Amino acid sequence: MGKQAFDEIMGAPGDTRVRPELAALGRWIEETPDAELRRRQQAAETTFRQLGITFAVYGENEAAERIIPFDIVPRVFLHDEWTRLSEGLVQRVEAINAFLEDIYGERRILKEGILPEDLVMGNAQFRPEIAGMRPPHGVWAHICGIDLVRTGPDDFFVLEDNARTPSGVSYMLENREAMLRLCPELFREFRVAAVDSYPDRLLETMKSVAPHGVSAPTCVVLTPGHYNSAYYEHSFLADTMGVELVEAADLVVDDDVVWMRTIAGRVKVDVIYRRIDDDYLDPLVFRPDSALGVPGLIAAYAAGNVAIINAPGNGIADDKAIYSYMPDIVKFYSGGECKLPNVETWRCREPQALKYVLDNLEDVVVKLVDGSGGYGMLVGPTATKQEIEDFRAALIAEPHRYIAQPTLALSTVPTMAESGLCPRHVDFRPFVLTGSKGVQVVPGGLTRVALKQGSLVVNSSQGGGTKDSFVLMADQSQRMGAGGMTQALGGMTQTLGEGMPGPEAQS
Amino acid sequence: MRLSVDHRTIYRFTEPQSRLVQMLRMTPQNTHDQTVAQWRIDIDCDARLRQGRDGFGNAITMLYIDGPIDGIEIDVTGEVLTSHSDGVVHGAYEVLPPALFLRPTETTAQDKAIADFAARVTTPAQGRIGALHRVNEALHERFTANPGRPEPNLGAAAAFRLDSATSRDFAQMFIVAARSLGAPARYVSGYLLTEREDDHRPTPHGWAEAHVDGLGWIGFDPFTGDCPEEHHVRVAVALDAAGAAPVAGSRLGEGGERLEVDVVVSRDGQ
Repeated sequence: MGKQAFDEIMGAPGDTRVRPELAALGRWIEETPDAELRRRQQAAETTFRQLGITFAVYGENEAAERIIPFDIVPRVFLHDEWTRLSEGLVQRVEAINAFLEDIYGERRILKEGILPEDLVMGNAQFRPEIAGMRPPHGVWAHICGIDLVRTGPDDFFVLEDNARTPSGVSYMLENREAMLRLCPELFREFRVAAVDSYPDRLLETMKSVAPHGVSAPTCVVLTPGHYNSAYYEHSFLADTMGVELVEAADLVVDDDVVWMRTIAGRVKVDVIYRRIDDDYLDPLVFRPDSALGVPGLIAAYAAGNVAIINAPGNGIADDKAIYSYMPDIVKFYSGGECKLPNVETWRCREPQALKYVLDNLEDVVVKLVDGSGGYGMLVGPTATKQEIEDFRAALIAEPHRYIAQPTLALSTVPTMAESGLCPRHVDFRPFVLTGSKGVQVVPGGLTRVALKQGSLVVNSSQGGGTKDSFVLMADQSQRMGAGGMTQALGGMTQTLGEGMPGPEAQS
Repeated sequence: MRLSVDHRTIYRFTEPQSRLVQMLRMTPQNTHDQTVAQWRIDIDCDARLRQGRDGFGNAITMLYIDGPIDGIEIDVTGEVLTSHSDGVVHGAYEVLPPALFLRPTETTAQDKAIADFAARVTTPAQGRIGALHRVNEALHERFTANPGRPEPNLGAAAAFRLDSATSRDFAQMFIVAARSLGAPARYVSGYLLTEREDDHRPTPHGWAEAHVDGLGWIGFDPFTGDCPEEHHVRVAVALDAAGAAPVAGSRLGEGGERLEVDVVVSRDGQ
C-alpha cells in the first residue's frame, strides 16, 4: 500500500517530479550527499542525547532510556494547506471545550440525543467527582494535541484528539533548533513560520486563565518527577517559560488556596500546568493511595481559586469511544459542518459494525477503546494469521471494548533509511492553545515517522521517529522585512513580528 | 419526627503530624422530607474550615490544620426533622443523571454470585419496584445484621461470602444486585435511629437508593429490611461507600493512626 501513498514532497503516486512549490527542497535532497545528511542526523541525535531528551520504553526488560530517532528531511505544509487545516483545528478544539463545559454542566448534548447517555455515564473517563465544577473562564482544554493523518494535499483526517496532557512539544522545538543549526540553507530557501515563541504563548495562555481578580498570576508546572518518561519536557517547558517546576510535595492547599513552598516562604499559586493524570491529582477526591497528588487541590479548584491545565475530567473528550461521534459533536456546538473529518470508524458495540469488522479483519485496524501508545492494536494487513484469530476471539468476547478503522494510505515523506532516502509514512500532531481570549494553532507541530518500510505505526514506543514540520508563510511574507505582519488564523488574529520573530531573527 | 444526632470522630496519631487536610461529608441537606433544624461541626483544635460541594452535590467541609498535631476530635451535632415519604426521595439536590449510577466501582464491581441471587429471588412479574423490594428483604433475611464497624475496603462480592453484614456491606450488596437488574443504584451515608434509645454505635449508618423511572430515587435499607422513613437522616450519596465516606483525609507525617467513632441518634421531645 506504500506504493499508492501521496508523498508530501515527491507528489501524487505516479508523479515523476517533485511538487512544484517544493522544487527547492527536492533539489536540496538531490544535491546533498547521503553521507552528509547522515552526518547531520547523527549530530542532531548526539545533541538530543546530551540534552537528555529520552523516553522509557514500556514492556522492555531493561528500563532502557532511548532517544527518539530524528530524521533530517523535514515535512512541509504549504501556506494555504496550513490555513485550511488551522480552520479545522480551531473549530474542533472550540467544540471540545464546548463539549466539556456542557457534559459536566447542563448535558444538553445528551438531552438532545446526539450522544448515547450510557456511552458517557458508563465511561470511566467521565469523572463524576468534578461534576458541576467549572474551570476559570470556562476553558477546559487549554493545550490540545490533535493527531492527524494525511492522504492527499488537502485530505487530513483526525486520528485522535488529545485533550488531557498531550506531550511532544519539546520535540517540535528541539527538532527546529537542530534544523536551524544543521540545515540553515533550508531556512534561506523557505520562509518558515517560527515555533520558538511557543513557551511565551503557552505562558500567555496560562496567565489568561488565572482566576478572576488575580493581576500577576503565579504559574507552575507540576511533574510526577524525574522518573516520568516525559520529565525532560516538563523541565524544558518550566525553564523556557521561566516558571517553577514543582512536584506534589512542593504544593500545599490551605483554606482552599494553593501555595508553593519556597525557601523564601509560601507563595500563592494561581495556575498549574499539571503533567500528572487526574487519578493522581488529589487523594481526597481521586485515588486515595496516590502519593503524587495534592490533598485539597480539587476543593481549591471548585472554589475557583486555581486554574488546572488541562482541566480535570477532560478524558471524556478524547476517549476513543466518543471519538466516532466527534463530527456530530462539532456540528452540535459549532452549528456548521465539521471541517476536519474523522477516519471512518466502526463501533464494534454495534452488531452490524462488528459483523463488518469480523469479515474484514485482514484490511482494518482494530483498536482498544481505552488503549494508547499503539498497544492493544491490530493492523490487519501486516498481522499474522494467529494475531488475526486472537483479535477475532477478543472482539467476539468483548465487542464494546473495540473500534476499527480502514487502513488508510498514509502520506509519506522521504526519510533516511539504511539504503538511502525512501518514502516512509508519517502522522502529525499540531498543538492548539486555548486561553480566555480564544484559540490559536501553533504553526508547526510534531511529525512522527514510521521508520520501518511499509509500517503505519508511528508511536515512539514502537520504533517511530520524528521530523521537523515546516509551515510556510504567505507569499508576501517572503518579502517581509523586520517590520512584521498580521495574519488572520482561524478566527483569531495573531501578530507576527514583534511578538513572534521572523525567520531571520530566528536563524 | 425530630431526631438529634451526636457523631464524634477521634483520630489519635502515634507520631505528631505536621499537617492535616480532611474533606468531611458530614452535613445533611434539606429535602422535602428532611429539614435540618440545626447542625454544627466542632473541631477540638485550631482549624480552618471551608464549605463547598463535591461532584455528587454533597455538602462538604474542608478542614485544614497545621501541626504539630497528635490527634483531632470532630464533633458533629444537630437536629433534623423527618417526615414519612414511603422511602421516595423528594427535592434532593441532584447534579448527575441516574444513568451514572449503573457504573460499577472497585467495591461495587459486578459479581456473578450477587447477580444470580438477585435473579433467583425476583420474578419479572414483580416489575422493577417489586423486584427491588424483594432484593431488599432477601438480603436482610440472608445475613445477620452486624452493628459493628465495617472492615476497611471490603467489597460487595467478598461481603456476600460471609454470614453477617454491616450496614455498609448490606448497602453495597444491594447496589450490585440492583444494578444487575438494570436499576441505577447508589450508596447513602447518614444516621439511623436505633430501637434502643441512646444506643452508642461505632459507625454512622449506610443504606442504598435505587432509581425507578416515574418514581425517582427510592431508599432501601437491607440492614433493617425496610425502606427508610422518618428514622433515617440522609447525609451524602455516591457510587459506593468510599465515595460517600464522612471523612476523606490526608496527613503529612510518620506513624499510624487510631480511629474512634461514637454515634448516638435519639428522638427528641420524649
